Amino acid sequence: MKKRSFWSFAALVAGFTVYFMLNEPGTARAMHIMEGFLPVGWAVFWWAAFIPFFVLGIIRLRAMTRENPELKLLLGLAGAFTFVLSALKMPSVTGSSSHPTGTGLGAVMLGPLPMGVIGSIVLLFQAVLLAHGGITTLGANAFSMAVAGPFAGYAVYKLMMKLPEREKLALFCAAAVADLSTYVVTSFQLAVAFPAADGGVLASFLKFGGIFAVTQIPLAVSEGLLTVLLWNWLKSYSPNELSLLKRKVNGGRA
Amino acid sequence: MSNKWKNGLMLLAVVLLCVLPLLLVEGEFGGADDAAEGVITELNPDYKPWFKPLAELPGETESMLFALQAAIGAGVIGYTLGLLKGKQGGTKQNSSK
Repeated sequence: MKKRSFWSFAALVAGFTVYFMLNEPGTARAMHIMEGFLPVGWAVFWWAAFIPFFVLGIIRLRAMTRENPELKLLLGLAGAFTFVLSALKMPSVTGSSSHPTGTGLGAVMLGPLPMGVIGSIVLLFQAVLLAHGGITTLGANAFSMAVAGPFAGYAVYKLMMKLPEREKLALFCAAAVADLSTYVVTSFQLAVAFPAADGGVLASFLKFGGIFAVTQIPLAVSEGLLTVLLWNWLKSYSPNELSLLKRKVNGGRA
Repeated sequence: MSNKWKNGLMLLAVVLLCVLPLLLVEGEFGGADDAAEGVITELNPDYKPWFKPLAELPGETESMLFALQAAIGAGVIGYTLGLLKGKQGGTKQNSSK
């Protein structure tokens, strides 16, 4: 057992190392709507849309950790997973690079609301320290990555869990959908802010979608696989923690 | 097929998903957001970004910070898995088959 986990950990480290070696960042920024690139009105609009979810997320988090202090550990884990995945800029089929979001795992384990808080902390870190995304566009980026993505992933997970014996497949789909829908929403946000002269919102949605969403497809698959991988480890180390989660978070048996 | 193999295959698939585009697609592999920036300029040539990033770091420093971000996250994940495993204590070996 010890040996096995050592090797799987070594494999993880090696896998990430390979990513980094392959990922010489050519351009400074990648992903998310760049600082200043959303007109003022839309920037304010998305901030306003995001803030209620953030507040609800905080309330939910406080209630969860008060009832179950043990959940803090898994909360940290979900946050860390988002941290790692959103730092991995991977090359994709369209010839540009993007990164996964890592929000699907947390959404499934803890519910979508807490991820609104965790995801926005990650985005803030990137906006302030990495000039990646931005403060003015944080509302829009947080709405797509920390709200829309987790909710979409969670919905998919719930639906698929109605099928018998499909937990891992459900998890895979939840993570992939959370990832992909983040960028579909990003494309939509840009499209409504910058409708094309002919064709309007739809035409520019297809255009931005062609950049963000298509680039994201293989990354969504990668994210799904990595999520199931971590889930497998969690499960073998701590079946109790996970069943506790299911009772407390999902309400009843999942 | 044991979990060990499945995990290994999944890792391999992730690596391939990353490597194959590099080998098969000709491209600059710049950030997708920079591509989006191009489209914005095309759709609305008059648009001027109205707010600048607070600090523009050199590319090398930035890649260091990205690596740091991943390292912090990986550290926490490692800590958590280790803690859970330790808690499980002497209770048993092949719970994972």
